[in-house]
Amino acid sequence: MSEIKKFMYVNRKAPYGTVYAWESLEVVLIGAAFEQDVSLAFVDDGVYQLCKGQDTTGLGIKNFSATYRALGDYDVNKIFIEKESLDARGLTLDDLMPLKYEDENDDWAEKDSIRVVSSQELAELFEQSDVLFNF
Amino acid sequence: MSILHTVNKSPFERNSLEACVRLAAKGGTVLMIEDGVYGAMKGTIKSDMVINAMKDLTFCVLGPDLKARGVDEAKLIEGVKVVEYSDFVNLTVENDKAQAWL
Repeated sequence: MSEIKKFMYVNRKAPYGTVYAWESLEVVLIGAAFEQDVSLAFVDDGVYQLCKGQDTTGLGIKNFSATYRALGDYDVNKIFIEKESLDARGLTLDDLMPLKYEDENDDWAEKDSIRVVSSQELAELFEQSDVLFNF
Repeated sequence: MSILHTVNKSPFERNSLEACVRLAAKGGTVLMIEDGVYGAMKGTIKSDMVINAMKDLTFCVLGPDLKARGVDEAKLIEGVKVVEYSDFVNLTVENDKAQAWL
């Protein structure tokens, strides 16, 4: 096995209006199979991807929001949300879907995948990443 | 003579809503659709722009696009009307023309 790299997927687009959000999720899930160190960041309109209560029945298109909850099962459990983006949109953590994972190093305790971080903290995380994917 | 203005982009991503509000004449109707529905939410850095424009313009937002994005109606700016696809058709007929702010 080659060296494990730190992958960072940066999501900046709202869901449904464009295909970016869904494409990103597909790439993340495919990438998860390669056992790399994966992080996701939700910035700007990307924070809308995780809003609770999405129901696309009226649009007749696929509601992929439930797929985010499966990320924990693929060991994708480092999900960073930029606080400044939430604030600008009048949103709080309560408006987002809770995303959990089971920690194998802690007797499979259920833990939160989501961490709200400042722009500065996020900039630092980008610096620490080996590969950045932008959607 | 009135115009139906449609806005389908998020106000945080493009200035479509801003341009619409600046250039729409009094008496017009603004219908927010697709990612444009985020412009109808209260408590955002764009809300005041819409609230200020409400004295001259009527604001509507497409219900199915709100639901798809998980935007609860309780989160909308007071006075923004939620409409269905059938109302979209009526608005198109009732107004003389449409202007799509892309």
